[in-house]
Amino acid sequence: MGTSKANPLEPRPLPSQVVKDDEPLLVAAAKDGDISAFETLVGRYERKIFRLAQNITQNREDAEDVLQESFLKAYEHLGEFQGNSRFYTWLVRIAVNQALMKLRKRRPNQVSLDEEIDTGEELMPREVEDWGPSPEERYKQSELSQILSSAISDLDPSFRIVFQLRDIEELSTEETAEALGLSIPAVKSRLLRARLKLRQKLNRYFKRSENS
Amino acid sequence: MNCRSIIKELSSYLDEGLDTALKDSIEKHLEHCEDCRIVVDTTKQTIQIFCNSEPAPLPEDTRVRLRQALEKRLRRVRA
Repeated sequence: MGTSKANPLEPRPLPSQVVKDDEPLLVAAAKDGDISAFETLVGRYERKIFRLAQNITQNREDAEDVLQESFLKAYEHLGEFQGNSRFYTWLVRIAVNQALMKLRKRRPNQVSLDEEIDTGEELMPREVEDWGPSPEERYKQSELSQILSSAISDLDPSFRIVFQLRDIEELSTEETAEALGLSIPAVKSRLLRARLKLRQKLNRYFKRSENS
Repeated sequence: MNCRSIIKELSSYLDEGLDTALKDSIEKHLEHCEDCRIVVDTTKQTIQIFCNSEPAPLPEDTRVRLRQALEKRLRRVRA
């Protein structure tokens, strides 16, 4: 089986849809009241949920609240989890809702996911330079984290959240649309803009001419 | 296809969400347009760099407070 070639016409499953072997067992045990099983799930995802919360809220204190509230809510509503999606996808949806509530509370007039954003901005990239292979390896891990965090922070919240869910959490377009209450075309349009803007921001650090 | 329509279809192309005919015409354009090739490649790298980035370890005080909050709730459930 391991040597069989993937059919190129078949879409490959997103990592978010590949369930770790023991996950359904842990979820089932946690549903039956096994606290240590739930704690294992917390340990597995706490770092990712905290990063997600920080990227959305852009505030350390809010992110910590979101982290706690998300796991507490997940525990409370575990009985409602049907297993139709991966547990992590379900958890991400809870965390996104908590994070959006925090963000809207803090900046009620600045965050609207509902309306279409037509910035009228030109999509054609201005700077086109080769990066060479593995440009991120030119930086230390801590420097790279700083570069990525600063690039994503500069994005408009409605672009940032879509990019976070699609390209960092690896949710599908449909899952992202559902989690954010957006249409599929709106998710696609924001994702394209987010990707192009981030490419532009990273170009400054990764272009080959900068380091040659 | 021109460069503008390549950019418009960039995300779908990278996500492998295009039909074969459209994909072929993009690839035909990429064969002779270096600028578009670089944009496709660097956008793909952008996605990979973010996707592969490991989340930082949880700050110790944040971890302690999370454990305390969970413990408090779980104890209430057990009681």
